[in-house]
Amino acid sequence: MSYLELRGVSKSYGTGAAEVHALADVNLAVEKGSLVAVMGPSGSGKSTLLTIAGSLEEPTSGEVVIDGDPLSSMSRSDKARLRRRTIGYFFQDFNLLAGLTATENVALPLELDGVSGRSASRMAAAVLADLGMADRGGHYPDELSGGERQRAAIARAIVGERSLLLADEPSGALDSINGESVMRMILNACRRGVTAVVVTHDAQLASWADRVVFIRDGRIVDQTVPPPSPEALLADAPAPRR
Amino acid sequence: MSVRHALLAFLSARPKYGLQLREEFEESTGEVWPLNVGQVYTTLQRLERDGMIESDESEDEPGPQKVFKITEAGRVELDQWLNTPPDMAQPPRDELVIKVLSALRVPGVSVHDVIQVHRRYLVELMQQWTRLKEDEADFDLTFALVGDAELFRLDSVVRWLDAADSRLKRAALEPPDTKPAPLIRRRLVTRR
Repeated sequence: MSYLELRGVSKSYGTGAAEVHALADVNLAVEKGSLVAVMGPSGSGKSTLLTIAGSLEEPTSGEVVIDGDPLSSMSRSDKARLRRRTIGYFFQDFNLLAGLTATENVALPLELDGVSGRSASRMAAAVLADLGMADRGGHYPDELSGGERQRAAIARAIVGERSLLLADEPSGALDSINGESVMRMILNACRRGVTAVVVTHDAQLASWADRVVFIRDGRIVDQTVPPPSPEALLADAPAPRR
Repeated sequence: MSVRHALLAFLSARPKYGLQLREEFEESTGEVWPLNVGQVYTTLQRLERDGMIESDESEDEPGPQKVFKITEAGRVELDQWLNTPPDMAQPPRDELVIKVLSALRVPGVSVHDVIQVHRRYLVELMQQWTRLKEDEADFDLTFALVGDAELFRLDSVVRWLDAADSRLKRAALEPPDTKPAPLIRRRLVTRR
Protein backbone atom coordinates (compact mmCIF):
# COMPACT_ATOMS: atom_id res chain seq x y z
CA MET A 1 0.00 0.00 0.00
CA SER A 2 1.19 3.49 -0.77
CA TYR A 3 2.22 5.51 2.25
CA LEU A 4 2.56 8.76 0.33
CA GLU A 5 0.55 9.63 -2.72
CA LEU A 6 0.45 12.70 -4.94
CA ARG A 7 -2.64 12.70 -7.14
CA GLY A 8 -2.73 15.11 -10.07
CA VAL A 9 -0.73 17.70 -8.15
CA SER A 10 -0.11 21.02 -9.90
CA LYS A 11 1.46 24.14 -8.56
CA SER A 12 1.68 27.54 -10.23
CA TYR A 13 3.10 30.81 -8.99
CA GLY A 14 2.01 34.24 -10.23
CA THR A 15 -0.90 34.96 -12.54
CA GLY A 16 -1.57 35.87 -16.16
CA ALA A 17 1.48 36.24 -18.38
CA ALA A 18 3.80 35.91 -15.37
CA GLU A 19 2.31 32.57 -14.35
CA VAL A 20 4.90 29.85 -13.82
CA HIS A 21 3.90 26.21 -13.65
CA ALA A 22 6.27 24.61 -11.16
CA LEU A 23 4.43 21.28 -11.17
CA ALA A 24 1.95 19.97 -13.71
CA ASP A 25 -0.32 17.01 -12.98
CA VAL A 26 2.18 15.03 -10.93
CA ASN A 27 1.14 11.53 -9.90
CA LEU A 28 3.43 9.66 -7.57
CA ALA A 29 2.81 6.77 -5.21
CA VAL A 30 5.48 5.73 -2.71
CA GLU A 31 5.13 2.33 -1.06
CA LYS A 32 5.57 2.07 2.70
CA GLY A 33 9.19 1.35 3.62
CA SER A 34 10.54 2.21 0.20
CA LEU A 35 13.05 4.81 -0.90
CA VAL A 36 12.14 6.82 -3.98
CA ALA A 37 14.51 9.31 -5.58
CA VAL A 38 13.18 12.18 -7.66
CA MET A 39 15.89 13.16 -10.11
CA GLY A 40 15.92 16.27 -12.23
CA PRO A 41 17.89 19.40 -13.11
CA SER A 42 17.68 22.72 -11.26
CA GLY A 43 14.32 24.36 -11.74
CA SER A 44 12.58 21.10 -12.69
CA GLY A 45 10.16 21.37 -9.76
CA LYS A 46 11.67 18.68 -7.56
CA SER A 47 12.01 20.84 -4.44
CA THR A 48 8.44 22.12 -4.88
CA LEU A 49 7.29 18.51 -5.09
CA LEU A 50 8.98 17.81 -1.77
CA THR A 51 7.57 20.83 0.08
CA ILE A 52 4.05 20.02 -1.15
CA ALA A 53 4.44 16.36 -0.15
CA GLY A 54 5.55 17.58 3.29
CA SER A 55 2.53 19.91 3.68
CA LEU A 56 4.83 22.93 3.86
CA GLU A 57 3.11 24.33 0.77
CA GLU A 58 -0.38 23.89 -0.70
CA PRO A 59 -0.85 22.56 -4.24
CA THR A 60 -2.80 24.76 -6.67
CA SER A 61 -4.77 21.66 -7.57
CA GLY A 62 -4.60 17.96 -6.84
CA GLU A 63 -4.31 16.04 -3.61
CA VAL A 64 -1.60 14.74 -1.29
CA VAL A 65 -2.45 11.63 0.72
CA ILE A 66 -0.30 10.49 3.64
CA ASP A 67 -1.01 7.10 5.19
CA GLY A 68 -4.52 7.14 3.72
CA ASP A 69 -5.41 10.66 4.91
CA PRO A 70 -5.85 13.43 2.33
CA LEU A 71 -4.12 16.61 3.54
CA SER A 72 -6.98 18.74 2.17
CA SER A 73 -9.37 17.21 4.69
CA MET A 74 -7.09 17.94 7.65
CA SER A 75 -7.43 20.93 9.96
CA ARG A 76 -4.48 23.27 10.44
CA SER A 77 -3.69 21.69 13.79
CA ASP A 78 -3.86 18.18 12.32
CA LYS A 79 -1.37 19.21 9.68
CA ALA A 80 0.87 20.84 12.28
CA ARG A 81 0.82 17.61 14.30
CA LEU A 82 1.65 15.63 11.15
CA ARG A 83 4.65 17.87 10.53
CA ARG A 84 5.82 17.61 14.14
CA ARG A 85 5.25 13.93 14.64
CA THR A 86 5.17 12.02 11.37
CA ILE A 87 7.34 13.79 8.84
CA GLY A 88 11.09 14.24 9.08
CA TYR A 89 12.60 16.96 6.94
CA PHE A 90 16.19 16.98 5.84
CA PHE A 91 17.50 19.91 3.83
CA GLN A 92 20.96 20.44 2.46
CA ASP A 93 21.84 23.27 4.83
CA PHE A 94 20.82 21.00 7.77
CA ASN A 95 19.14 23.87 9.73
CA LEU A 96 20.67 22.81 13.04
CA LEU A 97 20.19 25.49 15.71
CA ALA A 98 23.57 26.89 16.68
CA GLY A 99 22.66 27.48 20.33
CA LEU A 100 21.66 23.88 20.97
CA THR A 101 23.85 20.79 21.27
CA ALA A 102 23.45 17.92 18.82
CA THR A 103 21.28 16.02 21.31
CA GLU A 104 19.14 19.10 22.01
CA ASN A 105 18.69 19.70 18.29
CA VAL A 106 17.52 16.13 17.78
CA ALA A 107 15.26 16.23 20.84
CA LEU A 108 13.62 19.54 19.85
CA PRO A 109 10.86 18.20 17.54
CA LEU A 110 9.89 15.68 20.25
CA GLU A 111 9.68 18.37 22.92
CA LEU A 112 7.62 20.58 20.62
CA ASP A 113 5.31 17.61 20.29
CA GLY A 114 4.84 17.38 24.07
CA VAL A 115 7.35 14.65 24.94
CA SER A 116 9.00 15.35 28.32
CA GLY A 117 12.50 16.80 28.22
CA ARG A 118 14.04 13.75 29.80
CA SER A 119 12.39 11.22 27.45
CA ALA A 120 13.16 13.40 24.45
CA SER A 121 16.86 13.56 25.38
CA ARG A 122 16.96 9.82 25.92
CA MET A 123 15.37 9.14 22.52
CA ALA A 124 17.65 11.67 20.82
CA ALA A 125 20.76 10.13 22.38
CA ALA A 126 19.67 6.67 21.23
CA VAL A 127 19.25 7.75 17.59
CA LEU A 128 22.57 9.60 17.64
CA ALA A 129 24.24 6.47 19.02
CA ASP A 130 22.70 4.42 16.19
CA LEU A 131 24.36 6.78 13.75
CA GLY A 132 27.76 6.45 15.44
CA MET A 133 27.51 9.77 17.32
CA ALA A 134 27.24 8.43 20.90
CA ASP A 135 30.07 10.62 22.19
CA ARG A 136 29.26 13.74 20.14
CA GLY A 137 25.78 14.54 21.41
CA GLY A 138 27.01 17.19 23.87
CA HIS A 139 28.73 19.22 21.17
CA TYR A 140 27.37 22.32 19.46
CA PRO A 141 26.97 22.35 15.65
CA ASP A 142 30.08 24.49 15.12
CA GLU A 143 32.11 21.91 17.04
CA LEU A 144 31.02 19.13 14.69
CA SER A 145 32.49 18.17 11.31
CA GLY A 146 30.35 18.46 8.16
CA GLY A 147 29.64 14.73 8.23
CA GLU A 148 28.66 14.85 11.90
CA ARG A 149 26.29 17.78 11.34
CA GLN A 150 24.73 15.78 8.55
CA ARG A 151 24.24 12.79 10.83
CA ALA A 152 22.71 14.99 13.52
CA ALA A 153 20.30 16.38 10.93
CA ILE A 154 19.36 12.85 9.83
CA ALA A 155 18.88 11.82 13.46
CA ARG A 156 16.51 14.76 13.93
CA ALA A 157 14.60 13.73 10.81
CA ILE A 158 14.04 10.12 11.95
CA VAL A 159 13.78 10.50 15.76
CA GLY A 160 10.63 9.30 17.51
CA GLU A 161 7.93 7.73 15.41
CA ARG A 162 8.59 9.72 12.28
CA SER A 163 7.57 7.52 9.38
CA LEU A 164 8.07 9.78 6.37
CA LEU A 165 11.47 11.20 5.56
CA LEU A 166 11.70 13.96 2.95
CA ALA A 167 15.21 14.92 1.92
CA ASP A 168 16.38 17.65 -0.47
CA GLU A 169 19.89 17.11 -1.89
CA PRO A 170 20.90 15.24 1.27
CA SER A 171 24.59 15.03 0.47
CA GLY A 172 24.89 18.83 0.22
CA ALA A 173 28.50 19.76 -0.22
CA LEU A 174 29.85 16.53 1.24
CA ASP A 175 32.35 14.43 -0.68
CA SER A 176 31.12 11.24 -2.32
CA ILE A 177 32.09 8.86 0.50
CA ASN A 178 30.23 10.95 3.12
CA GLY A 179 27.35 11.37 0.69
CA GLU A 180 27.23 7.61 0.38
CA SER A 181 27.00 7.15 4.15
CA VAL A 182 24.07 9.58 4.29
CA MET A 183 22.23 7.49 1.70
CA ARG A 184 23.13 4.33 3.60
CA MET A 185 21.53 5.82 6.75
CA ILE A 186 18.38 6.79 4.86
CA LEU A 187 18.17 3.33 3.29
CA ASN A 188 18.61 1.68 6.70
CA ALA A 189 15.75 3.79 8.05
CA CYS A 190 13.62 2.56 5.14
CA ARG A 191 14.49 -1.05 5.89
CA ARG A 192 13.04 -0.40 9.37
CA GLY A 193 9.79 0.79 7.81
CA VAL A 194 10.35 4.50 7.21
CA THR A 195 9.15 5.75 3.81
CA ALA A 196 11.54 8.18 2.15
CA VAL A 197 11.62 10.56 -0.79
CA VAL A 198 14.95 12.07 -1.79
CA VAL A 199 15.18 14.75 -4.44
CA THR A 200 18.52 15.21 -6.14
CA HIS A 201 20.24 16.01 -9.41
CA ASP A 202 22.96 13.50 -8.54
CA ALA A 203 22.71 10.07 -10.19
CA GLN A 204 25.02 8.47 -7.64
CA LEU A 205 22.74 9.46 -4.77
CA ALA A 206 19.63 8.54 -6.75
CA SER A 207 21.06 5.10 -7.44
CA TRP A 208 20.55 4.18 -3.75
CA ALA A 209 16.79 4.37 -4.26
CA ASP A 210 14.45 1.45 -4.87
CA ARG A 211 12.94 3.51 -7.67
CA VAL A 212 14.15 6.62 -9.46
CA VAL A 213 11.55 8.99 -10.87
CA PHE A 214 12.67 11.55 -13.46
CA ILE A 215 11.17 15.03 -13.37
CA ARG A 216 11.50 17.64 -16.08
CA ASP A 217 9.75 21.00 -16.40
CA GLY A 218 7.38 20.13 -13.56
CA ARG A 219 6.31 16.82 -15.04
CA ILE A 220 7.28 13.29 -14.17
CA VAL A 221 8.54 11.96 -17.47
CA ASP A 222 9.92 8.52 -16.68
CA GLN A 223 10.99 6.12 -13.96
CA THR A 224 13.36 3.20 -13.51
CA VAL A 225 12.17 -0.38 -13.61
CA PRO A 226 13.31 -2.27 -10.52
CA PRO A 227 16.02 -4.75 -11.45
CA PRO A 228 15.33 -8.46 -10.76
CA SER A 229 18.36 -8.62 -8.44
CA PRO A 230 21.78 -7.04 -8.37
CA GLU A 231 23.33 -10.32 -9.46
CA ALA A 232 21.63 -9.87 -12.84
CA LEU A 233 24.26 -7.25 -13.59
CA LEU A 234 27.09 -9.70 -13.27
CA ALA A 235 25.24 -12.55 -14.94
CA ASP A 236 24.19 -10.60 -18.05
CA ALA A 237 27.15 -8.40 -18.79
CA PRO A 238 29.82 -10.00 -20.95
CA ALA A 239 32.82 -8.53 -19.14
CA PRO A 240 31.97 -8.54 -15.42
CA ARG A 241 31.53 -11.92 -13.83
CA ARG A 242 31.04 -13.43 -10.39
CA MET B 1 43.86 -4.89 -17.27
CA SER B 2 47.49 -5.85 -17.49
CA VAL B 3 47.77 -9.39 -16.17
CA ARG B 4 51.52 -9.11 -16.55
CA HIS B 5 51.89 -6.13 -14.24
CA ALA B 6 49.29 -7.34 -11.77
CA LEU B 7 51.32 -10.53 -11.34
CA LEU B 8 54.50 -8.50 -10.80
CA ALA B 9 52.65 -6.51 -8.13
CA PHE B 10 51.60 -9.70 -6.33
CA LEU B 11 55.18 -10.95 -6.35
CA SER B 12 56.64 -7.67 -5.10
CA ALA B 13 56.19 -8.49 -1.40
CA ARG B 14 57.47 -12.08 -1.42
CA PRO B 15 57.90 -15.18 -3.63
CA LYS B 16 54.69 -17.12 -4.29
CA TYR B 17 53.35 -20.36 -5.75
CA GLY B 18 51.60 -20.28 -9.13
CA LEU B 19 48.36 -21.38 -7.51
CA GLN B 20 48.58 -18.64 -4.90
CA LEU B 21 49.04 -16.04 -7.64
CA ARG B 22 45.96 -17.22 -9.47
CA GLU B 23 43.86 -17.01 -6.31
CA GLU B 24 45.16 -13.57 -5.39
CA PHE B 25 44.48 -12.28 -8.87
CA GLU B 26 40.85 -13.40 -8.64
CA GLU B 27 40.42 -11.87 -5.20
CA SER B 28 42.15 -8.60 -5.92
CA THR B 29 40.07 -7.69 -8.95
CA GLY B 30 36.90 -8.05 -6.93
CA GLU B 31 36.17 -11.17 -8.99
CA VAL B 32 34.75 -9.01 -11.75
CA TRP B 33 37.41 -9.45 -14.39
CA PRO B 34 37.45 -12.86 -15.97
CA LEU B 35 40.76 -14.62 -16.28
CA ASN B 36 41.43 -18.21 -17.19
CA VAL B 37 43.96 -20.32 -15.42
CA GLY B 38 46.01 -20.79 -18.56
CA GLN B 39 46.43 -17.02 -18.93
CA VAL B 40 48.17 -16.81 -15.55
CA TYR B 41 50.63 -19.56 -16.35
CA THR B 42 51.45 -18.41 -19.91
CA THR B 43 52.02 -14.88 -18.57
CA LEU B 44 54.32 -16.22 -15.85
CA GLN B 45 56.24 -18.12 -18.55
CA ARG B 46 56.71 -14.93 -20.59
CA LEU B 47 57.73 -12.90 -17.54
CA GLU B 48 60.37 -15.51 -16.78
CA ARG B 49 61.58 -15.52 -20.39
CA ASP B 50 61.90 -11.69 -20.23
CA GLY B 51 63.89 -11.83 -16.99
CA MET B 52 61.23 -10.11 -14.88
CA ILE B 53 60.75 -13.08 -12.56
CA GLU B 54 62.66 -16.21 -11.59
CA SER B 55 61.44 -19.61 -10.49
CA ASP B 56 62.98 -22.48 -8.62
CA GLU B 57 64.59 -25.00 -10.93
CA SER B 58 62.80 -28.06 -9.59
CA GLU B 59 60.08 -28.09 -12.27
CA ASP B 60 60.23 -27.27 -15.96
CA GLU B 61 56.66 -26.18 -16.64
CA PRO B 62 55.16 -23.19 -14.82
CA GLY B 63 52.33 -24.59 -12.71
CA PRO B 64 50.61 -24.42 -9.37
CA GLN B 65 53.50 -25.95 -7.38
CA LYS B 66 56.32 -23.82 -8.75
CA VAL B 67 57.63 -20.85 -6.70
CA PHE B 68 58.18 -17.52 -8.46
CA LYS B 69 60.05 -14.43 -7.33
CA ILE B 70 60.45 -10.98 -8.82
CA THR B 71 63.85 -9.85 -10.21
CA GLU B 72 65.39 -6.37 -10.07
CA ALA B 73 64.40 -5.84 -13.73
CA GLY B 74 60.86 -6.84 -12.75
CA ARG B 75 60.80 -4.23 -9.98
CA VAL B 76 61.95 -1.51 -12.37
CA GLU B 77 59.31 -2.54 -14.91
CA LEU B 78 56.60 -2.57 -12.21
CA ASP B 79 57.58 0.84 -10.89
CA GLN B 80 57.53 2.35 -14.40
CA TRP B 81 54.12 0.86 -15.13
CA LEU B 82 52.59 2.12 -11.87
CA ASN B 83 53.77 5.65 -12.53
CA THR B 84 52.97 5.93 -16.23
CA PRO B 85 49.50 7.37 -16.84
CA PRO B 86 47.53 5.44 -19.44
CA ASP B 87 46.93 7.36 -22.69
CA MET B 88 43.66 9.23 -22.27
CA ALA B 89 44.41 12.07 -24.67
CA GLN B 90 42.42 10.64 -27.57
CA PRO B 91 38.66 10.75 -27.00
CA PRO B 92 37.23 7.26 -27.45
CA ARG B 93 34.67 6.73 -30.23
CA ASP B 94 31.62 6.95 -28.05
CA GLU B 95 28.55 5.25 -29.43
CA LEU B 96 26.21 7.11 -27.08
CA VAL B 97 27.56 10.52 -28.12
CA ILE B 98 27.11 9.53 -31.77
CA LYS B 99 23.50 8.44 -31.12
CA VAL B 100 22.64 11.77 -29.48
CA LEU B 101 24.34 13.78 -32.23
CA SER B 102 22.53 11.71 -34.85
CA ALA B 103 19.16 12.20 -33.12
CA LEU B 104 19.53 15.94 -33.75
CA ARG B 105 19.40 15.33 -37.50
CA VAL B 106 16.42 13.01 -37.64
CA PRO B 107 13.10 14.83 -38.30
CA GLY B 108 10.32 13.95 -35.89
CA VAL B 109 12.67 12.55 -33.24
CA SER B 110 12.87 14.31 -29.88
CA VAL B 111 16.48 14.38 -28.79
CA HIS B 112 15.29 14.90 -25.21
CA ASP B 113 13.36 11.62 -25.36
CA VAL B 114 16.41 9.86 -26.79
CA ILE B 115 18.54 11.31 -23.98
CA GLN B 116 16.03 10.11 -21.37
CA VAL B 117 16.05 6.54 -22.70
CA HIS B 118 19.81 6.41 -22.22
CA ARG B 119 19.72 8.25 -18.88
CA ARG B 120 17.21 5.77 -17.45
CA TYR B 121 19.25 2.79 -18.64
CA LEU B 122 22.43 4.20 -17.04
CA VAL B 123 20.70 5.01 -13.74
CA GLU B 124 19.26 1.47 -13.66
CA LEU B 125 22.77 0.08 -14.11
CA MET B 126 24.00 2.39 -11.35
CA GLN B 127 21.22 1.14 -9.05
CA GLN B 128 22.46 -2.41 -9.57
CA TRP B 129 26.09 -1.48 -8.84
CA THR B 130 25.01 0.44 -5.75
CA ARG B 131 23.06 -2.58 -4.49
CA LEU B 132 26.13 -4.76 -4.96
CA LYS B 133 28.20 -2.23 -3.06
CA GLU B 134 25.57 -2.02 -0.36
CA ASP B 135 25.65 -5.80 0.08
CA GLU B 136 29.35 -6.39 -0.18
CA ALA B 137 31.34 -3.22 0.29
CA ASP B 138 31.47 -3.42 4.07
CA PHE B 139 33.64 -6.51 4.00
CA ASP B 140 35.32 -6.28 0.61
CA LEU B 141 37.40 -3.18 0.04
CA THR B 142 38.55 -4.21 -3.43
CA PHE B 143 34.99 -4.75 -4.56
CA ALA B 144 34.02 -1.32 -3.19
CA LEU B 145 36.83 0.28 -5.22
CA VAL B 146 35.83 -1.54 -8.40
CA GLY B 147 32.19 -0.56 -7.77
CA ASP B 148 33.17 3.08 -7.26
CA ALA B 149 35.12 3.10 -10.52
CA GLU B 150 32.14 1.74 -12.41
CA LEU B 151 29.69 4.13 -10.72
CA PHE B 152 31.85 7.17 -11.48
CA ARG B 153 32.21 6.06 -15.09
CA LEU B 154 28.44 5.66 -15.53
CA ASP B 155 27.81 8.87 -13.56
CA SER B 156 30.04 10.85 -15.90
CA VAL B 157 27.92 9.70 -18.84
CA VAL B 158 24.69 10.69 -17.04
CA ARG B 159 26.21 14.10 -16.33
CA TRP B 160 27.07 14.51 -19.97
CA LEU B 161 23.47 13.63 -20.92
CA ASP B 162 22.16 16.15 -18.34
CA ALA B 163 24.47 18.83 -19.72
CA ALA B 164 23.50 18.02 -23.32
CA ASP B 165 19.83 18.13 -22.35
CA SER B 166 20.15 21.59 -20.77
CA ARG B 167 22.40 22.94 -23.51
CA LEU B 168 20.00 21.83 -26.25
CA LYS B 169 17.03 23.24 -24.35
CA ARG B 170 18.79 26.58 -24.01
CA ALA B 171 19.91 26.56 -27.66
CA ALA B 172 16.31 25.98 -28.79
CA LEU B 173 15.26 29.20 -27.01
CA GLU B 174 17.95 31.29 -28.67
CA PRO B 175 17.94 32.48 -32.32
CA PRO B 176 19.87 30.12 -34.61
CA ASP B 177 23.45 31.00 -35.39
CA THR B 178 23.94 31.41 -39.13
CA LYS B 179 27.72 31.23 -39.08
CA PRO B 180 29.09 27.83 -40.09
CA ALA B 181 30.67 26.01 -37.19
CA PRO B 182 34.46 25.97 -37.27
CA LEU B 183 35.94 22.63 -38.06
CA ILE B 184 37.64 21.22 -35.03
CA ARG B 185 40.83 19.54 -36.05
CA ARG B 186 42.98 20.20 -33.04
CA ARG B 187 44.53 17.20 -31.46
CA LEU B 188 45.17 17.05 -27.77
CA VAL B 189 48.80 16.96 -26.91
CA THR B 190 49.82 14.60 -24.19
CA ARG B 191 52.17 15.85 -21.54
CA ARG B 192 53.43 13.38 -19.06
